[in-house]
Amino acid sequence: MAETEIKAPITAPALREYPCIPALQPGAMDGVKPYVANDKVQEEVGFPGHLVDDWQPKALAKMGDLLGRYRSLKVFMDACVHCGACSDKCQYFLASGDPKNMPVARQDLMRSVYRRHFTLAGKLFPGLVGARELTKEVLDEWYSYYHQCSECRRCSVFCPYGIDTAEVTMAAREILDSVGYGQKYSNEIIAKVHKIGNNLGLPGPALANTLEGLEEDIKEDTGIDVRYPLDVKGAEVLLVTPSADFFAEPHIESLIGYGKVFHAAGISWTLASKASEAGNFGMFIGNYEHLRKIALRVREAALELGVKRIVVGECGHAWRVAYQFWNTLTGIGAGAKDPFAIQLQSQLDQRYRQPMHICEFTWDLIRQGAISFDKAANDHRVITFHDSCNVARASRMGDSPGGQFEIPRAIIRACANHYVEMAPGTTHEQTFCCGGGGGLLTDDLLDLRIKGALPRMESLRQAADERGVNFMATICAICKAQFTKVLPYYGFKMSMVGGVHQLVSTAIKLGDK
Amino acid sequence: MGNIDINGKSLETDEEGYLVNLSDWTEDTAQFLAQQENVELSPNHWEVINFLREYYTEFQIAPAVRVLTKAIGKKLGPDKGNSQYLYELFPYGPAKQACKIAGLPKPTGCV
Repeated sequence: MAETEIKAPITAPALREYPCIPALQPGAMDGVKPYVANDKVQEEVGFPGHLVDDWQPKALAKMGDLLGRYRSLKVFMDACVHCGACSDKCQYFLASGDPKNMPVARQDLMRSVYRRHFTLAGKLFPGLVGARELTKEVLDEWYSYYHQCSECRRCSVFCPYGIDTAEVTMAAREILDSVGYGQKYSNEIIAKVHKIGNNLGLPGPALANTLEGLEEDIKEDTGIDVRYPLDVKGAEVLLVTPSADFFAEPHIESLIGYGKVFHAAGISWTLASKASEAGNFGMFIGNYEHLRKIALRVREAALELGVKRIVVGECGHAWRVAYQFWNTLTGIGAGAKDPFAIQLQSQLDQRYRQPMHICEFTWDLIRQGAISFDKAANDHRVITFHDSCNVARASRMGDSPGGQFEIPRAIIRACANHYVEMAPGTTHEQTFCCGGGGGLLTDDLLDLRIKGALPRMESLRQAADERGVNFMATICAICKAQFTKVLPYYGFKMSMVGGVHQLVSTAIKLGDK
Repeated sequence: MGNIDINGKSLETDEEGYLVNLSDWTEDTAQFLAQQENVELSPNHWEVINFLREYYTEFQIAPAVRVLTKAIGKKLGPDKGNSQYLYELFPYGPAKQACKIAGLPKPTGCV
């Protein structure tokens, strides 16, 4: 795999005072790509070990299969009129200048093949309609550029036809996997979640040990016995959170916050070793079977433990999967009709939203007066909020449109005195991706990740210089890990990023309930 | 996949330079891997490496960063029991870089 190594020195692009469309740099990101999954990883997740001999007919057959299964994909292939509205909306284009990172051009890598093989004009007059054969060079180009898209869907917000670019990327990755050309990072993680129960590979005893340590630490800090229960049958709430919350900094600070919220409100809860992962990388690779199988672990755990409510921790794409797909996949929410789904629907307490985001959970408790804060405890922080792409553009919270933007901000304002917004056009539904989402959060793509963070770093720099912002809160494990890594390249401290429930944890009153 | 040569023995590594077989690890291997990472191993580095390996033997996973900082704080003094100190020792990050040198698999996921 030596050819996949990125040898160029890694540096951050200079922040621009007035962000503008960059001069085109054709080929700037040519050949940038993550490690290809080896035979062992591929076979563990049920894909061919390496590129199969008859990959071309197989890839085209898979493409035909997806076009038949997903009407949306066919519409996205047909509908684009190349108006250019998306062209300057992608963080990877803005930072690299590579025209193939314009969303329209990245999609056209597939659309040109679609025209050649699935449209009459392309079959008869390929040269006239920009149709291309699926050659090995084209396949390699797919592997490279469809791993330079974080499936964040910012471009889709601006598309007058509503073309969902992320679905094109997902379809490309699914086709690549089906011919044995998978990505190491995502597929290794999917193998782990099936085998061990979480993306990290954290076995039950290690999880129990980590949670015990956490209880000791909090006792030492606060004098109070806050519990982090694991596999407790009959608990009211099952919390499903990204495994990074058990392992990494600053993620674990939010886990501490969740526990304090449950403690202060007096609601019984549990984590499950079987569902010790909210994340679902099946979505990143566009594979329905893995998406479903990973989601079903949550149902199994919920049925075993007999819980009444399911709450999802701070994880962006997990909330998209939970909010959009859990209902029909698992019966958490309405829609699924299989016997286990019906059993789960009757078990869950339907007076509450199922599933519920931890921010909705905490916000409801704040409104009821069930938890309260010493806001001054956060006075050393001037806070801003980074909307995570999958929460912002693919889900909702609460009862009204825009709840996914308002509820996390309302929690921050309830537990801290100093909150400011970053520049309009970089937040809410127009938020920029952190640069590491969609299966790109891997060391072999570090240069791409640093580039992808540029627009967010520019708005953060402005907020820091003009408004004194020293803390950027977010509700996604990928955002937290990505910013921790890239902030120093832009001259910020890595401790500047953290979770919303980290702020909750700092200020929540524990003793007087 | 790659290979590294330690004392005349060829050891298999993955694409990112992590040892494939954990039993291949020796102190000389650690010295070699550290050199590749531009890390000069001091006794304090060894405290971290040894703790990681002990924890891994018991739990089949590297410890959470918080568990590691607490353990190092107990061994080397409270001023060193924080992730900032661990980043001084292992600039690319205590989880990944220290695991690599200790011959353990890379922590995966959103970390």
